Amino acid sequence: MKGGDLPTTRPQECARKSSEQRRKLDQAFAVACVIIACLSLVVLALLLSAITFEGVRFLSFQFLIAAPGPEPAEAGIGPSLGGTIWVCAVCAFMTLPVGVATAVLLEEFKPRNIVLRWLHGFLQLNIANLAGVPSVVYGIIGLTAFVAMFGLFGSVNDPVLELGASYYDQFVSEGDLVAFVPVSGPQAPETEPRDGMTAYTSSGQPFKMIVADRQTFDFNDPANQKNMKRTFFTDSEPGRVSRKSWYFIRIPFGRGVLAGSLTLMLVVLPIVIISTQEALRAVPDSLRAGALGMGSTPWQVVWHITLPAAVPGIMTGAILAMSRAIGEAAPILMIAGIVYIGSAPGNLMDDFSVMPLQIFTWASRPQAAFHSLAASGIIVLLAMLLAFNAVAVLIRHKMQKPLT
Amino acid sequence: MIRASLIACAVFSILVTVAIVVVLFSETFVFFTKPFPEENGDVYRVSAVEFFTSANWSATSAGGTRHFGIWSLICGTLLVTAVAMAFALPLGLITAIYLSEYAPRTVRAFLKPTLEVLAGIPTVVYGFFALTVLTPALKFIDEGFNVYNAFSAGIAVGILCLPTVSSLSEDALRAVPRSLREGGYGLGGTRFDVSLKIVLPAALSGIISAFLLAIARAIGETMIVALAAGNTPRLTVDPRDSIQTMTGFMVQMASGDLSNFDVAYFSLYAVAATLFVITFSLTVMGQLIRKRFREAYQ
Repeated sequence: MKGGDLPTTRPQECARKSSEQRRKLDQAFAVACVIIACLSLVVLALLLSAITFEGVRFLSFQFLIAAPGPEPAEAGIGPSLGGTIWVCAVCAFMTLPVGVATAVLLEEFKPRNIVLRWLHGFLQLNIANLAGVPSVVYGIIGLTAFVAMFGLFGSVNDPVLELGASYYDQFVSEGDLVAFVPVSGPQAPETEPRDGMTAYTSSGQPFKMIVADRQTFDFNDPANQKNMKRTFFTDSEPGRVSRKSWYFIRIPFGRGVLAGSLTLMLVVLPIVIISTQEALRAVPDSLRAGALGMGSTPWQVVWHITLPAAVPGIMTGAILAMSRAIGEAAPILMIAGIVYIGSAPGNLMDDFSVMPLQIFTWASRPQAAFHSLAASGIIVLLAMLLAFNAVAVLIRHKMQKPLT
Repeated sequence: MIRASLIACAVFSILVTVAIVVVLFSETFVFFTKPFPEENGDVYRVSAVEFFTSANWSATSAGGTRHFGIWSLICGTLLVTAVAMAFALPLGLITAIYLSEYAPRTVRAFLKPTLEVLAGIPTVVYGFFALTVLTPALKFIDEGFNVYNAFSAGIAVGILCLPTVSSLSEDALRAVPRSLREGGYGLGGTRFDVSLKIVLPAALSGIISAFLLAIARAIGETMIVALAAGNTPRLTVDPRDSIQTMTGFMVQMASGDLSNFDVAYFSLYAVAATLFVITFSLTVMGQLIRKRFREAYQ
């Protein structure tokens, strides 16, 4: 026993004090322990009560849907609530398959070969180390790898690949009708208005443009007056606008939802892997042995026996990892920056904000009213986390069957 | 086929590590070697010697010339970490000893969930707590505290790290076999004697590794220091002062405009690389200590 040298000097030391003294010391330490252990309870109570006290003022249904405007009384957390749901859903969708697959490989297909065993150990150590990397570092990696894609694929304004976006030149007619003329891309040359050109109204109705010269146009001609809505002058200046469908994709990703989700994936992937490994380890070996004995292949054992038995544990771990993702602000801050977001994202490339980031923005403003808003946001965030964790506890209770 | 896709997923985590190292160090290399054109027509070159030896940090050209001396940021980080650890390490360890050696089952049943809840609260909430509750309380006690100060940020980081320390230390303490404790009691030891003189030394490797992980966590903590510790990089040991940490600088840069690829943008990578090297070596050290110095009992 390596620790054998530890108690050797102790008996004399103990003998120096009377047993009465030692008993008193023991009791004093026990009391100190209770006080210190209760400190965490006190801190939690203080934290929650301070936030409730501060944040209850602005809490209403309106707060959940409104945009974070400059007026504290009317501001809300709507866009960032939508952003949180988008980001976390996409993140979960990508993280869970990869995380569970990695854990299955590490736990169920342990190699016997010495080189592969070394690789296996290296992978395990690597995952433990990835879990310790500060999330803000992942943010900067995401900024390079996902937002800009190392600068290999052009810039966000001039992307290599784009799907689901259409670009228009916008004109305003003399009858104040807004007309859209389709163009090929964001960098296409400006459209020159020509007579008879097809344009679309904002509701998508096509019509033929009438283009006239400002100098020779007769405003009093009744025929011209009738067509005023469709009339444009040759010198009218177009404005470039874009319409994006829900499946809009571009490479590089830019500061959008997908880049944020991928970055969060890097943050929570080690957590998912480690918790899934623990869940798989908790499945008794007798189940695997039984299935193998009945002639299953190793993969059949994993798919039909081990994974179903580990589902409650995997789900619990996944939900805890997701609640970490919901609360994570630093990597999202690196990706999304502090910009005003007026509506929830509509596609994977849309600019976005998440609740912790909105809370940070409010909390870093000096005015007290915004601190109250931040506290209200925190209440919503904590309620969401509480609901998540309640689901985790429920799953643990409902689905856990005794396996031995 | 299936195995190939499993391996592909596992390789992903290696790729992430490679990406971190390659991105951070290649961009840091650019930071040290590329001449950066300034607005007034001059060319700014970053000196690696200045970066690693000086404590003068002003990344934006707003206050005259730029200076990149990482030590004022490291100093800020260490100050916050020191305050946090002075709070979290003793309290976390005593909580762990209490939970593992003293606590009756009923107390455990509500103390453990409390700690789990504390661990699950988002860090931005702790930042808000530090800024709006701890700082006013500290200012009430002593007028010398700045609105943004290292002490309140440190306390909040300490609260955040407390569950990490206590749960990892408790695991280490619980792994010590019963027979050792029974031997201690058999020799007439009190619970205090047994916990502190037998169980604690036996679990020391696990506890030190827990401490190192907590320190790494405190160094990498971002939102609390961004909210409560301020944005003034300076070399100081007075925790009442406003300081700036490495993570705080990264948040400050990200909150502004990151699209212009100037020298301040690339300094972000140099700071991130420094942060990564520090936390990574602490985590690796923690892993090695736990593996190497583990006392194996039957």
